[in-house]
Amino acid sequence: MKKLFLSVLFLAPSFLVKAQVPVVKWDALNILINQKHGPVQVINFWATWCGPCIKELPQFEAVHLNDNAVKVTLVSLDYADKVDKVESFLSRKNMKSSVILLDEIDYNSWIDKVDSSWEGAIPATLVYNPQTGKRIFVQHELKEGELEKLIATVK
Amino acid sequence: MNYLKTSALLFAIAVLLSAAKPTGYGVGDAVADFKLKNVDGKMVSLADFKSAKGAIIIFDCNTCPYSKAYNDRILALAKKYEKTYPVIAINSNSPEVSPGDSFDEMVKYAKAKGYTFPYLFDETQEVAKNYGATNTPHVYVLNKSGKDFKVAYIGAIDNNSRDAAAADKKYVEDAVDALIAGKTVPTEKTKAIGCTIKWKPA
Repeated sequence: MKKLFLSVLFLAPSFLVKAQVPVVKWDALNILINQKHGPVQVINFWATWCGPCIKELPQFEAVHLNDNAVKVTLVSLDYADKVDKVESFLSRKNMKSSVILLDEIDYNSWIDKVDSSWEGAIPATLVYNPQTGKRIFVQHELKEGELEKLIATVK
Repeated sequence: MNYLKTSALLFAIAVLLSAAKPTGYGVGDAVADFKLKNVDGKMVSLADFKSAKGAIIIFDCNTCPYSKAYNDRILALAKKYEKTYPVIAINSNSPEVSPGDSFDEMVKYAKAKGYTFPYLFDETQEVAKNYGATNTPHVYVLNKSGKDFKVAYIGAIDNNSRDAAAADKKYVEDAVDALIAGKTVPTEKTKAIGCTIKWKPA
């Protein structure tokens, strides 16, 4: 018993700090971007290799931590075999936002369904209000304070 | 007062115009020729390719992970269509924003990768703006008709950036093969997935 307790103590910290990122398919994203009830949804498309994406992540993290009326989801477009890299990145940055990795490599089969104006580059962000149906899609790096304005627009 | 109103109106129009998305060329449009510096120091224009049937213009760069993923496939396209639809790669990224995409870095990159095709520096970014290129890699297949080069396909190279072997839609090859065979291009437009072109700060 004592031995078990010790080993739990030994393992626990690594469990606590390691972020878990579910790898999902289009169906899951489709549900996420077409909610009919609940809070305002903020969905950001990013990847660990994308410099401008990483620069704007703190804005999403701040909204996640400070605004209970908004649900933030960060959708990583890293390759599915690099999910470890995404998890280590999130642990290193101590990020608490909800993160999923979208494993849909045939982009032309789905990006129009997120927004027909999407040219296919990241960062890109969808903000929508399930209750009013108001949607905004932006495909550039958000300036400081821009995310709050987008959220205010759909509220 | 009128002057103020007019200038306010002009300002509003300018803002609207600058906010409007660059449209660029569509399928069927004849493109303007360019004259850009190649990694070997020589200037290259479309008009130089007199015996070609067209060209495969690829907006590309040194630094984007998608560009890297497609590197071997671009080399293969260049080899396959060398005599008919030569590959011409153009880097439009601002080295100010992306230091790894300076002309010197392009020279090193082309040498390291063994580029057999022109790799041109679009320093003013005018060519990318004319075309309406947004991403890297972003392909424009051009077909020669008389003296003109006309756009026949715009978009991605294929439908699997991660794994060339798993790509089951080879948009660029299908387009060029169709043009060679005198058939209609099966898919004329896709979205080029990749990194954004790094525009000079306004």
